[in-house]
Amino acid sequence: MKTDLRLGDMLQARGVSRRAFLKYSSYLASLLALPPSAAPVMAAALANAKRQSVIWLSFQECTGCTESLTRSHSPNLEDLIFDFISLDYHHTLQAAAGDAAEHAREAAMAANKGKYIVVVDGSVPVKDGGIYSAIAGISNLDMLQETVKDAMAVVAVGTCAAYGGLPGANPNPTGAVAISTLVTDKPVINIPGCPPIPEAMAATLAHVITFGKLPELDNLGRPKAFFGVSIHDRCYRRPFYDKGEFAESFDDEGAKQGWCLYKLGCKGPVTNNACATLKWNSGTSFPIQSGHPCLGCSEPKFWDMGGFYKALSEPMVDIPKMVGAAALAGGVAGVATGLLNRSKKAKAVKSHQKVTVDDLTKGDAS
Amino acid sequence: MTSVEFLLLVRGPLFAIATLVMIFGLTLRLFEIFMLGRKANLAATRAGGTGPGFRTMFRRFAPVDKATFSQSVLLTIAGYIFHIGLFITVFLYAAHVEIIGSVLGFRWPALPSPLVDFAAVLTMAALLALLWRRLTHPVVKYLTKADDLLVWALTFAPVLTGYLTYHHLVFSYSWLLAVHILSVELLMVAFPFTKLTHAITLFFSRWYTGAIAGEKGVQL
Repeated sequence: MKTDLRLGDMLQARGVSRRAFLKYSSYLASLLALPPSAAPVMAAALANAKRQSVIWLSFQECTGCTESLTRSHSPNLEDLIFDFISLDYHHTLQAAAGDAAEHAREAAMAANKGKYIVVVDGSVPVKDGGIYSAIAGISNLDMLQETVKDAMAVVAVGTCAAYGGLPGANPNPTGAVAISTLVTDKPVINIPGCPPIPEAMAATLAHVITFGKLPELDNLGRPKAFFGVSIHDRCYRRPFYDKGEFAESFDDEGAKQGWCLYKLGCKGPVTNNACATLKWNSGTSFPIQSGHPCLGCSEPKFWDMGGFYKALSEPMVDIPKMVGAAALAGGVAGVATGLLNRSKKAKAVKSHQKVTVDDLTKGDAS
Repeated sequence: MTSVEFLLLVRGPLFAIATLVMIFGLTLRLFEIFMLGRKANLAATRAGGTGPGFRTMFRRFAPVDKATFSQSVLLTIAGYIFHIGLFITVFLYAAHVEIIGSVLGFRWPALPSPLVDFAAVLTMAALLALLWRRLTHPVVKYLTKADDLLVWALTFAPVLTGYLTYHHLVFSYSWLLAVHILSVELLMVAFPFTKLTHAITLFFSRWYTGAIAGEKGVQL
């Protein structure tokens, strides 16, 4: 595939009508919460865009993110958009192997210096000089630094890349860190999730290509269009929460009635993601709809949030074991204070001096 | 620190510390109080003190006599509303029952959330009324010390932050929830060492009052 072809021409060659393309642009614009006037702008910009060089680095990851993205509503325009991104390096999807694969990365970096986008899934281990994960003999740490040097922007896909994720979970044996910890001189967009929603990824890339700048991000580096509100605020089971109707177990009457899953450990209230609105598998369903509490997978440390099935309000420490010791210590201290008080009282009684009539009338004499 | 990290901190180590300090402080204070002992009763006991003691413990939950009521209408009404409202919010809200259940191992039915919400609003209104009284009533104002205001703030903060959390107001839910839990932890730490301890010691003093009267022949 030639790289100088424009997206519009390629779509036409594929038999995608302008109408369908405009519809898709409107869809993208509305996904990103942009005004309706942005749709034709996006369409024009995307049609004129050259294939954007993308280098995809996979570090400490499970390929779930790639699996998710390749399943974006196939076969629709999203797949085509991905076709028109020049994915120059991607372990799982590229045909080349061995040296040829690494050369492809180097060639893409040289040809698109300062213009390519680096997508990263997986965290980077930094403990012991980063020896815990290497590709082609290059440690993840070195490969990231080398590749990112001339990139336009970095997109951290999935919770591992965005926040350290599972490899970074307690006790974090490899010293795994988020991409934003290591890349501080380039714009980094986080698209967390385990895995992330495919549309969030596609629309964010489209935004960067269309406007040549990053979408609006929240304080955790996530596009606000997808991570602006919590699952809880958009959950169709929310009325049950407000009414105080909760499923107490996975097979009780409440669960069958589709009541709120808060007591079963739902992390929806503290999780910002678009699952409740965009849903998964072409808008079919999402975890809460299938009867399972939200795990909070798009939030930092979701693996260490004190148990998936523990209600959000529950303490994360085992209190009863420590209570005995505290009570015993309190008892000992209480007895000690009591004894101290008694000895004080005894001393006071001992040093008590009786007041005589003379003492009281001393002043009267003068 | 992100909101999630803050939430993990307050649900984990800080909650443990608050609970342990509260348990430690309460046992300390109770042992200290019991070791004060009572003076030996040299008079012949006319009747049993146990019955009146226990009855007094609960009789005094009932509203006060008319004379006292007419003298301090606001104090009585706001006082009842705030105490009952606080009891409902603390012990009968579903999320709170979950916490108590996870610590103690047993749960009781919760009230529907909108009812608890209503109780929380009444509680806050009553607490504000009582603060206003404290700051304007000449006698109460004269008697007010820093710790009275501290205890008021420690009681008001959890209700306010809980209300904001439940309604997702002003800040994000995770921050609000974390701040709410933190405010409760401050209350727990202060509980044994301030006037707040009356929530437990009132039973002992009421029993004592009732028992003494009973032994003197006044079967309350």
